[in-house]
Amino acid sequence: MKVTLKIWRQPDAASQGAMHTYELDEVSEDMSFLEMLDVLNENLNAAGEEPVAFDSDCREGICGMCGLMINGEAHGPEVTTTCQLHMRSFKDGDEIVIEPWRADAFPVVKDLVVDRGAFDRIIQAGGFISVNTGSAPEAHSVPVPREDALRAFNVATCIGCGACVAACPNGSASLFMGAKITHLGELPQGQPERDERVVSMVAQHDHEGFGGCTNIGECTAACPKEIPLDVISRLNWDLHQAMRHGH
Amino acid sequence: MATTTLVKGARASRSTITLKLLMAASGILFILFVLAHMYGNLKAFSGHDAYNDYAEHLRVMGEPMVPREGFLWILRAALIVALVVHVGSAVALWKRAHRARSTRYVVKKNKASSLSSRTMRWGGLTLLLFIIWHLVNFTIGKVNVSGGSTNDPYNLLVDTFDTWWMTLIYLAAMLALAMHLHHGVWSSAQTLGLTNNARARRNAKTLGWILAVVIAGGFSLVPIFVLAGVITK
Amino acid sequence: MTDMPDTTLTSDPSHDAPGDHGDDAAGYYTPGEPIADTKAPGGPIEERWQTRKFEARLVNPSNRRKLSVIIVGTGLAGGSAAATLGEAGYNVKSFCYQDSPRRAHSIAAQGGINAAKNYKEDGDSVHRLFYDTVKGGDYRSRESNVYRLAEVSTNIIDQCVAQGVPFAREYGGLLDNRSFGGVQVSRTFYARGQTGQQLLIGAYQALERQVAAGTVTTYTRHEMLEVILVDGKARGIIARDMVTGEIETHLADVVVLASGGYGNVFYLSTNAMGCNVTATWRAHRKGAYMANPCYTQIHPTCIPVSGAHQSKLTLMSESLRNDGRIWVPKKKADCEKDPRDIPEEDRDYYLERIYPSFGNLVPRDIASRAAKNVCDEGRGVGPAVEGVRRGVYLDFSAAIERLGKDGIEEKYDNLFDMYARITGENPYETPMRIYPAVHYVMGGLWVDYDLMSSIPGLFVTGEANFSDHGANRLGASALMQGLADGYFVLPHTIRDYLADGPFEPVPADHPAVVEAEQSVRSRIDHFLNTKGTRSVDSYHRELGNIMWEYCGMERSEDGLKKAIDLIRTLKDDFWRNVKVLGTAEGLNQSLEKAGRVADFFELGELMCIDALNRRESCGGHFRAESQTEDGEALRHDETFAYVAAWEFAGDGEPPVLHKEDLVYTAIEMKQRSYK
Repeated sequence: MKVTLKIWRQPDAASQGAMHTYELDEVSEDMSFLEMLDVLNENLNAAGEEPVAFDSDCREGICGMCGLMINGEAHGPEVTTTCQLHMRSFKDGDEIVIEPWRADAFPVVKDLVVDRGAFDRIIQAGGFISVNTGSAPEAHSVPVPREDALRAFNVATCIGCGACVAACPNGSASLFMGAKITHLGELPQGQPERDERVVSMVAQHDHEGFGGCTNIGECTAACPKEIPLDVISRLNWDLHQAMRHGH
Repeated sequence: MATTTLVKGARASRSTITLKLLMAASGILFILFVLAHMYGNLKAFSGHDAYNDYAEHLRVMGEPMVPREGFLWILRAALIVALVVHVGSAVALWKRAHRARSTRYVVKKNKASSLSSRTMRWGGLTLLLFIIWHLVNFTIGKVNVSGGSTNDPYNLLVDTFDTWWMTLIYLAAMLALAMHLHHGVWSSAQTLGLTNNARARRNAKTLGWILAVVIAGGFSLVPIFVLAGVITK
Repeated sequence: MTDMPDTTLTSDPSHDAPGDHGDDAAGYYTPGEPIADTKAPGGPIEERWQTRKFEARLVNPSNRRKLSVIIVGTGLAGGSAAATLGEAGYNVKSFCYQDSPRRAHSIAAQGGINAAKNYKEDGDSVHRLFYDTVKGGDYRSRESNVYRLAEVSTNIIDQCVAQGVPFAREYGGLLDNRSFGGVQVSRTFYARGQTGQQLLIGAYQALERQVAAGTVTTYTRHEMLEVILVDGKARGIIARDMVTGEIETHLADVVVLASGGYGNVFYLSTNAMGCNVTATWRAHRKGAYMANPCYTQIHPTCIPVSGAHQSKLTLMSESLRNDGRIWVPKKKADCEKDPRDIPEEDRDYYLERIYPSFGNLVPRDIASRAAKNVCDEGRGVGPAVEGVRRGVYLDFSAAIERLGKDGIEEKYDNLFDMYARITGENPYETPMRIYPAVHYVMGGLWVDYDLMSSIPGLFVTGEANFSDHGANRLGASALMQGLADGYFVLPHTIRDYLADGPFEPVPADHPAVVEAEQSVRSRIDHFLNTKGTRSVDSYHRELGNIMWEYCGMERSEDGLKKAIDLIRTLKDDFWRNVKVLGTAEGLNQSLEKAGRVADFFELGELMCIDALNRRESCGGHFRAESQTEDGEALRHDETFAYVAAWEFAGDGEPPVLHKEDLVYTAIEMKQRSYK
């Protein structure tokens, strides 16, 4: 099949960017979306134009490195990562608009590549359990109710791709943050630092320039791991509790 | 790349979530107020005297503990503070959201958000304008668009809603209120951290629907029945 | 401890007499001096690690801040080491090429992590895990290292649980285990199909905690391009900031490589797009020995290639073979038919036919090779890519009949979904198609018991080293090794080396620094100035085809010699004709790939030489010349019970082979059989 691609090109963070249009023939529906871009890049390289820069690594939907805004939807029309999106989700003759994640906290590095270092710093602020190597007690010394472990697991599946931020009209990272708060907050091991964790993470989130949450749910609809909105409620709850405890 | 700064001495009270919490708390106060206000309005169905008695009662409520209109002024003060908090937080969050994405998308689809959630800001602004007019109409200025007297609350009400375009304005405002409540109720439950599972989320959304329909519907009855000639002088 | 007999090497009567196995690689290499691990203490195997930990010198806590450590890679091995050394108070610099440490490819591991906890009271023990791992590695690993791995495995689980890793649990709130990879005990801890992700996030969080504490500095989107040796010791690296293009010098007292495996030499593999050999290869060129590079693990249940555009392969859990039946049509003419229209009598359930007792559950290498054989015969199914159909059916219709669709859905739902998403076919209705793919490499830089390479001060952990898996890795053992190395082994062994530090500061204009920086710059300039006609990817794909064809599942003397010629020709062409656009200043993904592919050429050649030299079949390495009458792998312990550690001798010079003899004191060597 044949597609028309409108792609954001921006040489580097300091330069102005613009949309460029490319025609691509002989696209197979078995190609993944990124393989389609690989083919485009081979063509561009042959024609002497610098290939389009985009991030991807594992290409099996788990590392969280890839992420493109495709026709106005984070990761495109399916509930999955960009790397697991296949061209059979498109039709012959389609026009596909490809943009980078847009958030001032995720500055564009080049073309479709953005810097998501803000997520690392939110984790640095408190997204962990303080336990030095070797100081852990025997694994069975603290039983964890199966339901709690399951709930923790279900939100620990967050891959940190940033689709929630990209889809949120406010550019908020509440879903990402809520997933970590909930993961660690569901487990007995996460209790001692629960108050400090939420206060520090939220402060870092705001400091990075993410917007506030308005509970409209675009994030969870875009999330390739289907993290539910519960986690934001949990985040809010934990913050109130921390306030009550004098933080 | 080497990392940039981490926040030192974080305070929970200085967060965006605190702003949301203030919006939720002030919003809940508004909901309680409009419920009581709606109840009062429905007194119009009981006729001229019942309605005016009710209006007078609001003024003398709490006497002699508080002077005449004292209770009313306490309520007004609380509502004004709530309004300042609600609007102030909204403006702060709005500005923040704007800064969080200074470059817009060329194409952006909405996958999950309801119309009411997306219109909270403009809908809120509409409600603010309406409230100003509403106060001019009935409280501060007391404007009778049909030129009649303004010192009788019941007659002022009937005169106002006998004018078709006034009823239209009020009904449009009630639509905006319904939408604002529909998302606002759910959103405040979420902000208060009360929706930690799918069932609680469904319940909060249902409550949003119910309050939206009951409040906006309840307010709309009087103008409609005045215009229809059921409630008359 | 079990009462395993203390037996040394015994010979198997079915083997050829010693000396029969020729010297296939003659002319391709230079014999060197034998080497040995000098760090493992003697004595009973159970006591060696305790002894070593006691003998390794300590570093005063107040001195640690003055000692700097560079760690390249942030996967399980690198991330855990950076966190632990940071906690200890060392000054750590952590590098990764991804945009965040959390993205390292450890994240993609599905199955689980082994640990000898014996929570099921089913006869498991440290000794049994040790025994299974050595046997699974086809007796080509170093026993001291493997025993230590089994010993610290239990600490890993404790550590991860305390970090908040959400392992699967039973109703009583205790940890659940499953049996995995054909072993008879349940010792695999798991977090649904995403164990690697959860373990890595645990290590990542521990690492980020140290970043906040100021002990670790992370350098993301940085690629190590050279190691700096001063007076024979590793003292730093040259890294390129992939965003600004800046060539940076980072100096330290010690360098740790935890940069993962090199499966991407095959172009198509289950590795991430960015996985590469550059860090370890640059170290190899500076004197670190590369051990057993030909040991490659090929996983039988991957989704087949769908066309020439294919960029990577996706693995599906091996557990699918528990219920799926593998077959191809008996007649070539049927290969294009809808599989549902092929009657039972025209299907060849070849694994069940050849291996009646193990059937579809034969080990990974056997299942993989059998699939290749039937496809080479022309009985493969699915789309023909470059003229050959490479795929076999994995059929669940019998299982669906037996367990119902719901039963299958419950067991394999996410795998079926993944298959459907990638192929566009519904596996509940038509049989899945599978084909083997390169998955893991057992080979890597040679290290001693302390995990130090042949370059003093250069330590190597995780998949990047060769030490624990021999010729074949068991399922759920890669995660165990990565975390064992990073959390519990390296922090103890590295202190013995650091006890002599801090070393003399290296000035920025030291000749070794200038030389390393120059060589990096000149390579980059070369790629950008060649202005040839072919893209980097096209070279990589061609190299991968050569490797897969001749150094893949089955290797032969003729094939390997041919491959070496082909690689050399292609490499020459690459250096003359590659086309890399853009500049060195800023993000340039073609430029990054060019450097990686350049190193893959050299590695590929060495892999072929190593495979050529090892005229035996063991684990993931199968030589056509060394098989039983039934076509099974045949080891030659008298000749090849050694680690082949290759020394770089200069461009165009044959590499030097150093042999480390493998001596087993706690285990007896046996030939495996799955008939």
